[in-house]
Amino acid sequence: MKGWHISPSMAVVAVLIVLTLLGAWRYDGFVSAYNVQSVLRYNSMFALVALGMCFVIMTGGIDLSVGSVAAFSSVVAAHLSGYGLLPGLLGGLGAGVLAGTLNAIIITRLKILPFIATLATMLAASGTALLLANNQSVSVSYETGFVDLGQGDLLSFMRPEWVDGDNAGVFGGILGFILSFPTPAFIALAAYIVAAIVIGHTAFGRHILASGGGTEASRLMGLPVDRTIFFAYVISGATAGMAGVILAAQFGAGQPIEGIGWELFAIASVVVGGTLLTGGKGSIGGTLAGALLLGIIFTILNFENGMGWISLSAYWQSVVRGAFLFVVVVLQAKLSLRAQE
Amino acid sequence: MPDRALFFQRYGVGLALVLLILFNLAVTPNFATSQTLAVNLTQVCTIVIVGVGMTLVIATGGIDLSVGSLMAIAGAMSPMFFTGQLFPVPLYVGIALGIVFPIIIAGVFGLFNGWLITKFSIQPIIATLVLFIAGRGIAQVSTNGDLQVFKVPEFQAIAIGRVLGVPFQVWIMLVIVAVAAFILHRTVFGKQVLAVGGNEAAARLAGVPATRVKYLVYLICGLCSGVAGLIVIAMNSAADANLIGLGMELDAIAAVVVGGTLLSGGRATIVGTLLGALVIQLVRYTLLANGVPDPAALVVKAGLIVLAVWLQRQEHN
Repeated sequence: MKGWHISPSMAVVAVLIVLTLLGAWRYDGFVSAYNVQSVLRYNSMFALVALGMCFVIMTGGIDLSVGSVAAFSSVVAAHLSGYGLLPGLLGGLGAGVLAGTLNAIIITRLKILPFIATLATMLAASGTALLLANNQSVSVSYETGFVDLGQGDLLSFMRPEWVDGDNAGVFGGILGFILSFPTPAFIALAAYIVAAIVIGHTAFGRHILASGGGTEASRLMGLPVDRTIFFAYVISGATAGMAGVILAAQFGAGQPIEGIGWELFAIASVVVGGTLLTGGKGSIGGTLAGALLLGIIFTILNFENGMGWISLSAYWQSVVRGAFLFVVVVLQAKLSLRAQE
Repeated sequence: MPDRALFFQRYGVGLALVLLILFNLAVTPNFATSQTLAVNLTQVCTIVIVGVGMTLVIATGGIDLSVGSLMAIAGAMSPMFFTGQLFPVPLYVGIALGIVFPIIIAGVFGLFNGWLITKFSIQPIIATLVLFIAGRGIAQVSTNGDLQVFKVPEFQAIAIGRVLGVPFQVWIMLVIVAVAAFILHRTVFGKQVLAVGGNEAAARLAGVPATRVKYLVYLICGLCSGVAGLIVIAMNSAADANLIGLGMELDAIAAVVVGGTLLSGGRATIVGTLLGALVIQLVRYTLLANGVPDPAALVVKAGLIVLAVWLQRQEHN
């Protein structure tokens, strides 16, 4: 729109491709079906949280409660998992929606700054999770199929035997890969597709961007700013709740103290994907690419550890994550400062 | 209405504190003992010290989420000096280095926050998020995540030594509060801090060096975090990079807000922060002493923060 320039999301996708090629060249098994699937399975939780965060940030807000809301939801889901897959799923999702609604009410009705409101919800969700879980992790039921939400492969039931045979060929390989695509990745992908449609093609999507771009102006134009912001936080709660469900299903337990630092991962993914922190401009696809990029960087670090050339303890992850956020926000700030001049 | 609002703004925290004390005197067994006082004061010390730095930052309209991580950096670094791990030095030289150097490092990281915020105009929440994540990582990497246990009474005196029967860390806290209150209310720099928070553009036009003021408040906040980090390890006679200062940003912000400092900047009170921290600590103590589980106290704290901010908003309407 403003002349020729590379959009941030395109840059992220390019970096993503380069890193994947680098990984494929450098490490055995990096692009193996198993590794790709486990990376997707694990990172689908973060991708979901980042998606909700993207909605909130597009309205010019922030949601610091996502990590402990996910933990809270994982506990609720684990408790309900004994009643079946659906009660576990809906319970966890409902817990997230509840927390998101609480954020929404505090922010839009009491007019309290988003970061304070969501910090308070972070405390409250974390306290409630610990109370419900009695200060320990809560095992999920393995009998009701609930764990399939995290550990299963959605389409594996239609997998024909011949794709695992010796002469399956390229087509068989690809088909096998698609059919063993992890369930949580399907959930995340579906959420992203819906979100992209909502942002790109509905009135609500336009309202989201408008209320971030200029809250006062949007109000004067008669847009339902408060209602839009309200739903952005509910959505963020819902995605955090879904991530909590997947967390519980994937690791077989509801974990009240998980989720520390998830908000940072989510914010970093959103920012890397080219969404402005000041709101008003954002990209759903960019956020997905940003989440994948962070996931790939950590996978590469793990593989590099495995090679034995460098020895990076798990603690390096947070240093790298911080450095990454640093580079991205400085670049974004420089670009937007230049745009102002 | 304005009269009532003014009353709450001035005396709300003090009133809450008095009510809490009265309530405890009536309900909590063994409340009026010097032991209870000592426990509550030592628990609140680090929150107040960090809260002082946070008050100045918030007074400029900013926020610092990195305080807990800076505490971890200072706390993890200090034992390396006085246990002679890096290089053998005489005990007192080691202790001096172990106190001065980590505090300076924490201050330098504070300057880094100031640099991001002023040079690139990045919002303070995001800018300090960088060190919130990376800072604890740096502390963990430098100690490999291990717990460093030490037994150096000469160093630990900064927390558990007593002067006139009062723990030394309480004296440190009182001195920091007094100095900061003087700076904020009686010096040109204090006026500049409030001016930047009130209306930065106007302050700049009036010749206030806003950029320098911001650098300084983040520096001070970093230094305060460093001091608090040292007190924590001296109290525990161990340094655990994973735990030092965890969640401190919340406690400090809560103390500042409950104390009556305006989150949007421009109005601040150091004594309010001290009282705010005491209120939060006493609420937690009251709940725990009466058999309420700790997680439930977290929920109450969350409600308290929202209530305090909401009351702040009411007086503006």
